[in-house]
Amino acid sequence: MATRVEAIDTHQEHHHVPGLQHQFDDIEQQKEATTIGMWFFLVQEVMFFGGLFMAYLLYRYKYPMAFAAGSNHLDLWLGFANTLVLIASSLTMALAVWSAQTSKKPKVQAGWIVLTMIFGMVFLGVKAVEYNDKYQHHLIPFSRDFKWEPKGEELVAQQQMIERHASEAEKSLYGREQAFGDKVRMFFWIYFAMTGLHALHMVIGIGIMLWLLWTALKGRYSAEFYGPVEICGLYWHFVDIVWIFLFPLLYLLGRHFIAGGGGH
Amino acid sequence: MGQQGLVAEKSINHGDEAHYHGEDHHVMSIPTYLIIFGILVVGTILTWFVAQFDLDEFFIGANTLVALLIAAFKTTCVVLYFMHVRYSGKLVWLCAFGAIIWLLILFAFTMSDYLTRGAVPGTYR
Amino acid sequence: MREEAIVNRDIDLMPRKHYLNNGSTVASWLLTKDHKRIAILYLISVSAFFLLGGIYASLIRLELLTPQSDLMEAHLYNRVFTHHGIIMVFFFLIPAIPAILGNFLIPIMIGAKDLAFPRINLLSWYIYIVGGAFTLYALLAGGVDTGWTFYTPYSTTFSNTYVMAAGIGIFINGFSSILTGLNFLVTVHTMRAPGMTWFRLPLFVWSHYATSLVMVLGTPVIAITILLLALERFGRVGIFDPALGGDPILFQHLFWFYSHPAVYIMILPGFGVISELIANFSRKKIFGYAFVAFSSIAIAVFGFLVWGHHMFASGQSIYAGLVFSFLTMVIAVPSAIKVFNWTATLYQGSISYDTPMLYALFFMGLFLIGGLTGLFLGAMGLDIHLTDTYFVVAHFHYVMVGGQVLAYLGGLHYWFPKMFGRMYSEFWSKISAMIVFIGFNLTFFPQFILGYLGMPRRYAAYPEEMQVLNIFSSAGASILAIGLVLPAIYLTYALFFGKIAGDNPWVLPGLEWRTSSPPPTENFVRTPIVTWEAYEFGEESGLYEEGERRRRLEAPERV
Repeated sequence: MATRVEAIDTHQEHHHVPGLQHQFDDIEQQKEATTIGMWFFLVQEVMFFGGLFMAYLLYRYKYPMAFAAGSNHLDLWLGFANTLVLIASSLTMALAVWSAQTSKKPKVQAGWIVLTMIFGMVFLGVKAVEYNDKYQHHLIPFSRDFKWEPKGEELVAQQQMIERHASEAEKSLYGREQAFGDKVRMFFWIYFAMTGLHALHMVIGIGIMLWLLWTALKGRYSAEFYGPVEICGLYWHFVDIVWIFLFPLLYLLGRHFIAGGGGH
Repeated sequence: MGQQGLVAEKSINHGDEAHYHGEDHHVMSIPTYLIIFGILVVGTILTWFVAQFDLDEFFIGANTLVALLIAAFKTTCVVLYFMHVRYSGKLVWLCAFGAIIWLLILFAFTMSDYLTRGAVPGTYR
Repeated sequence: MREEAIVNRDIDLMPRKHYLNNGSTVASWLLTKDHKRIAILYLISVSAFFLLGGIYASLIRLELLTPQSDLMEAHLYNRVFTHHGIIMVFFFLIPAIPAILGNFLIPIMIGAKDLAFPRINLLSWYIYIVGGAFTLYALLAGGVDTGWTFYTPYSTTFSNTYVMAAGIGIFINGFSSILTGLNFLVTVHTMRAPGMTWFRLPLFVWSHYATSLVMVLGTPVIAITILLLALERFGRVGIFDPALGGDPILFQHLFWFYSHPAVYIMILPGFGVISELIANFSRKKIFGYAFVAFSSIAIAVFGFLVWGHHMFASGQSIYAGLVFSFLTMVIAVPSAIKVFNWTATLYQGSISYDTPMLYALFFMGLFLIGGLTGLFLGAMGLDIHLTDTYFVVAHFHYVMVGGQVLAYLGGLHYWFPKMFGRMYSEFWSKISAMIVFIGFNLTFFPQFILGYLGMPRRYAAYPEEMQVLNIFSSAGASILAIGLVLPAIYLTYALFFGKIAGDNPWVLPGLEWRTSSPPPTENFVRTPIVTWEAYEFGEESGLYEEGERRRRLEAPERV
């Protein structure tokens, strides 16, 4: 019957190509598919974080002084150091991909991956220190004993900042002291939500690195097959990019209101 | 029925339009990576530095704009070089641009509400 | 060759080995990587949710038979319509066509062995089940009463119901959607058979591609919105609470940023099915292929620019409303292009009124009404009067049920012989289609009038004078219910006792009809090389001898 079609016999080529999955014709197609797949995943990650950035955008627009006050309370140097740590981890990740792509020995590949993981864990350690500091200062926004009570110099600085830089509309919002504290609490929940979600992605990233480390040590990756290293790299760089935006938006937004800048 | 009834043996040609061509397997060089790393570190220091000065005398929000521009520049470096987009096919570029555009749609259209509230006299503020 | 021995050469019979009997243990189904089996898994679970959603619908219509809230108090009624909405939107409408028909057909239509990521495909189904389980728990443990839209501050501050549990269920389910969309996008980009260029793709594939774009770009935003909802419910930080400086409208912006494109996730696959049905049952090339293909993409993109039309009366600024209203008018254009092109395809076609075609023709009329009434609502000045009335309810049921569900049923009937190798009763399927059409219109047309008269939605009680129309509506619902239950019966019967369909029972040129029914696990014995255009009915398609007329099914011959 005339319903037969021209066809290719594909059963010859498949076997013994390391890592090739059955639905793909060849390793080339598999690498294209997995790379594009990771990019589409990153697109949805951008939109995921995007919702939080939208909330940040709106409330910073509405309450710039409260946000500045909260931001100035963050430890600038820890944030700065963390940014450099993450950038370094991106470098070591890129070098891990390079080492796989150029068929370096498994131990070399593993070395770059381990370095990436170390940087990642340093980042998380610093975040833990920061979070603990907030806890000590009663600045966890979800808990009942959140207290925004700057004293002495801090209070003076805050009032000066509002006096000099707030618009009339905003000043009228802060009629009661409590109202200001509420808005600062808004800043802190956004801070925790954004850095928390980011930290969660870091934790997942380190888990992924562990898997990558294990498979790299088994000698899985070389110039013929390095796709998984590449796509894990893409994920890691994305997490770095999110922090590149978080650092100035959360830590630096109010520094220029304070004479001389610097930490709290 | 012509060719339709025949069964032909043919090797799969990945050059035709049925397959998407991604990367050219361009191998980056270590010096390039180190230079980009250097640029990123300098960019971070620059961000901190500029944040010390009050640029509001130029216009409100100038500090934020500068900070975002530097962050965007750093992101571009990471995307183009660390993530190899510079040497990738059109679809990857489309993904990167698409993500940015969609984010901007969310921000722009939502803020268009908040920025224009009360603009018409007598309406809800 | 070994493969020849396995697949039956006679295309009028069922092959001896195919995807359904290739492994019969529970594990071979629950751990399958075969996209066709995953489609069947979805078919079963999605149908179960549809039934549950339908039960809630029946409760609503029962209550609304009388003007007083006598069958149930308002607080119970609130739960009933919320559950109906959540189940139907998230667990039926969004997955139905893509996860069942899309999963089954896309690899076959492009000539591939499977989707790009078969294990992620299976994961999608498991995520759907887990999300569904969480939501079911919420519904059965006590329910949610916020409406499927979860508006703040009621959902965050005042509702005492299982908002978080339901939210978690929907959050999890969202990832099922994202992963399916991701899979489809990568598959269409990288796994087309040799010769299958973009413009030879069936329009079913184009519309699923567009749907997948929306899934990937939009769903994460509802995910983060639910997270914010949970944060607010858990921590009372003031994100959406005016007393603490928050804005409840922010929730609505974030919610509708996804939920409006979500309605295009629901209807675009339906458009794809209809394009297939109209072209194939008119035995004519679709009119304006490129226009129809690009209009799907246009709808996917523009769909992200109009969400504010759900918020005209919420406190949103007038200027933003203006922009959203204008763009809503614009987005009607690509949909209209499709309807014009389908009509032009019908013109001078050789139309056969098989059941799938009946559904397609009904779709065109009902979607037209639904779509036009959407424009009424998109006009800001008119919407002030119609919003939150039954006019809105009628509008979206016309597009969702009159549109999407009919397309789903049409597709199911069209590809049933391909999926299961057997044919259903033409008599019962046609009767069913008529019952659905009559029942549907009787249910929802009166609701346009009720809305115009001012009957609010989500209310258990209404003024006396509106009772007659409500009775019509409820009567129609019972008829619709029969029409929807009948397919479950005769299709299940056909699974076991239907006539053997053969490779190509409808005698059509599509690639899916050039493999056996049911297809083998690897879809094609050998990868096809595509040299023909989509919907090619002429001599070039090689379908039939000169002068041959379309065959009808012969007497049953079972294997």
